[in-house]
Amino acid sequence: MKIQKVPGNNKKHKVFVYALSTCAWCKKTKQFLKDKDVEYEYVDVDLLSKEDLEKVKAEITSRGVPLQFPLIIIDDKVMITGFREDQINGALA
Amino acid sequence: MTSLEEVRRRVEMDAESRGYKLNPDSYFLNDLLEGLRTNEERYGYPSCPCRYATGIFDLDKDIICPCDYRDIDVEEFGACYCGLFVSKEVYEGKKKLQPVPERRPSKLIERALSGRTTKEPAHEVKKEERVMEAIDGMKFWYCKQCGYVAFREEPPYICPICKAKREAFAEIYLSVFAKG
Repeated sequence: MKIQKVPGNNKKHKVFVYALSTCAWCKKTKQFLKDKDVEYEYVDVDLLSKEDLEKVKAEITSRGVPLQFPLIIIDDKVMITGFREDQINGALA
Repeated sequence: MTSLEEVRRRVEMDAESRGYKLNPDSYFLNDLLEGLRTNEERYGYPSCPCRYATGIFDLDKDIICPCDYRDIDVEEFGACYCGLFVSKEVYEGKKKLQPVPERRPSKLIERALSGRTTKEPAHEVKKEERVMEAIDGMKFWYCKQCGYVAFREEPPYICPICKAKREAFAEIYLSVFAKG
């Protein structure tokens, strides 16, 4: 699976974003993390192969969160659906 | 190839005719228009840039811009799901634009993500079968106020013609008679 890594100096938390390449909210989320110098990884779900898409769907569903984007996962436990600045800030504090 | 300007003109005209505004953040708006254009090129129709689409028309039809959920979302939250169409209050900055909760039923989202991920080889017959599955469960609904008819699984949230609420819709039962 094509996972992109965006380097940053803030490595305090493990941040992963499920996004769509066409989605403006996802883009905003990526920019927000970049501006905060947070290191993160992301995958654009709309660009995945069928096999990888199946994996991502199973992964998201197994976490019990809706199949919506962006989905921000912090330290493997905090899950935020949508670009909710306050929640992301809170989880990154 | 559809140009960005064409996409912009199209949504501008639509917004104007419906009394909506486009997102006042020009960078954000540009990203949305780019997303619409990408989807139009990819799938043949401008599906919502912020939702996962399959490229199978019958699985995506409710999220083709302007989506089935726009009118009710602009009314309730001041913006549609992706934030392309906003109310006058949001446009003028009197109301802050917040992420709009997804109104699309989760069964449709599930179906979309499964539609494309079937493990069997995706040949034409399979695609046809899936389309038939999607049509199964569709009904005709008419607006008792203005007569507008929609062919969907559920009645519209708001009548796009006369703005009547969902309660104004009733199902049309069709029957076919053969003679002779």
